[in-house]
Amino acid sequence: MLLMKGNEAIAHAAIRCGCDGYFGYPITPQSEIMETLMELEPWNTTGMVVLQAESETASINMVYGAAGCGKKAMTSSSSPGVSLMQEGISYIAAAELPCVIVNVMRGGPGLGTIQPSQADYFQTVKGGGHGDYKMVTLAPASVQEMADYTVLAFELAFKYRTPAMVLADGIIGQMMEKIVLPPFQPRWTEEEIKTISPWATLGKPANREPNVINSLRLEAHEMEDLNNTLQGRYREIEQQEVRFEEINCDDADYLLVAFGITARICQKTVELARAEGLKVGLLRPITLFPFPTEQLKKHAEKVKAMLSVEMSAGQMVEDVRLAVNGKVPVEFYGRMGGIVPSPDEVLGALKAKLIK
Amino acid sequence: MNVADIINPANLVYKKTKVMNETPMHYCPGCSHGVVHKLIAEVIEEMDMQDKSIAIAPVGCAVFAYKYLDIDWQQAAHGRAPALATAVKRLLPDRLVFTYQGDGDLAAIGTAETIHACNRGENIAIIFINNGIYGMTGGQMAPTTLKGMKSSTSPNGREVPLAGNPLDITKLLAQLEGVCYATRHAVHTVAAVKKTKRAIRQAFENSMQNKGTSIVEVVSTCSSGWKMTPADSNDWMVENMFPEYPMGDLKNE
Repeated sequence: MLLMKGNEAIAHAAIRCGCDGYFGYPITPQSEIMETLMELEPWNTTGMVVLQAESETASINMVYGAAGCGKKAMTSSSSPGVSLMQEGISYIAAAELPCVIVNVMRGGPGLGTIQPSQADYFQTVKGGGHGDYKMVTLAPASVQEMADYTVLAFELAFKYRTPAMVLADGIIGQMMEKIVLPPFQPRWTEEEIKTISPWATLGKPANREPNVINSLRLEAHEMEDLNNTLQGRYREIEQQEVRFEEINCDDADYLLVAFGITARICQKTVELARAEGLKVGLLRPITLFPFPTEQLKKHAEKVKAMLSVEMSAGQMVEDVRLAVNGKVPVEFYGRMGGIVPSPDEVLGALKAKLIK
Repeated sequence: MNVADIINPANLVYKKTKVMNETPMHYCPGCSHGVVHKLIAEVIEEMDMQDKSIAIAPVGCAVFAYKYLDIDWQQAAHGRAPALATAVKRLLPDRLVFTYQGDGDLAAIGTAETIHACNRGENIAIIFINNGIYGMTGGQMAPTTLKGMKSSTSPNGREVPLAGNPLDITKLLAQLEGVCYATRHAVHTVAAVKKTKRAIRQAFENSMQNKGTSIVEVVSTCSSGWKMTPADSNDWMVENMFPEYPMGDLKNE
């Protein structure tokens, strides 16, 4: 058991899960990820490459190059830097490359603030870059989950040949908590890569055709075929990989829906509400794509109303409303620009908007 | 003498390298890309590196380079080839890793990636095709377009007050410590083709010997974009491009 920051946990988890390459560019509030990696010098132990790139554009394209070789590659950044990566993420999704991207969100738009935010929900789950693509998106709510979901993100990325994002925020990145680090997994050998990812560009032996990592399909029908392949995979992800946590939902009259650090805040709100005799529960989506649509539908049969609580102007609330489809009222409460709502504040909003 | 006698191995003076496949090229008549592709393929075969080569294709006319050379390829976003190559070479240090980029890709949108890969001295080779124009998109002005040179976005010729001066990026890159070899060639004559091939070979050998970044600029023709015949394009290139982009080594360490 160790005590560390969420950002540090990601660095440790990356090394331990056999990551081959990290490529990043400094930006607050996540710079400790690369700083920790540089201190730990994994190139001397596991052989992992850690490189500070000249920009987030370069970072994400280095990830493309590494992932194209079947390697476990990752980058991390915060909101403005992740905006800069969107072109690369679209290419990675189209080229069907597995990789992990960590976004420790801060307040925007623009240069914004270095305080925490969740306003990159749309950018992440609706496809921030061009074209129809999705990313598996995991939303940690603790330092432990920062480590665990980094490992899980790699697993899912390779299972579905898709980029996966760990969507955290400035609080989880910066706060210190107890953590049990994941076990060590050795990096894959080239022989293992050839089995796991036969499409990888490792050099063409005489007995196979050239491998080409590519997102270009000049013929429209070929491009539609690629889109159909991707969409088929996204439907499979929606069937197989939905993850969520429920707290005090069984008898709830009112349901809070929140992810990441906001779910931790809402957990306290649930306690405060129950102390006042209000039957409030919390559904925390762990995967934002795939979204727990079916589970929300079930709750819509039982609860009187829902409140989506976010550090944004209201983004996830749209997906909650789509899931509930008018069955019960779905309201929104949020703070923006780096302001973190308090449990009392959320309780006040719950009473004002749902109970009246 | 019958055909069998003619193709007797003893009489064989030239054959197509096995690294090039049979796919018909999409390049226009007179374009330099085909010749440079062939030279790269020949060098890979001569160095026995077909199974150890990973090339990065650009955005531009050479976006389809992966169709013609039977090696592993990654196709990069516009300008980002040096970033891909950086990661590939760092993770697979015993492979031959090179980028193939045009002037728009390398010297405009990818300037940052190019300069920083070179500045880090990545052990990669960069094959840089400079025809002073965006060929694929229909002949727009490039960073390397000559002063006064007409293009579809400089219909009256490149005007310096409006568009700045032509960018000699190879000269700029040659200043960087990480660059071990910067050289400029063309493929308009047999002698020039031979020199270009030697330069590509040296660039590839440098990267396998971890000497740093090598850049081989090939001043090239774009007869479609320049709206000239292939023969006229060669003459025009010698007369107009060579004074701005002189042939020979800029650095060889």
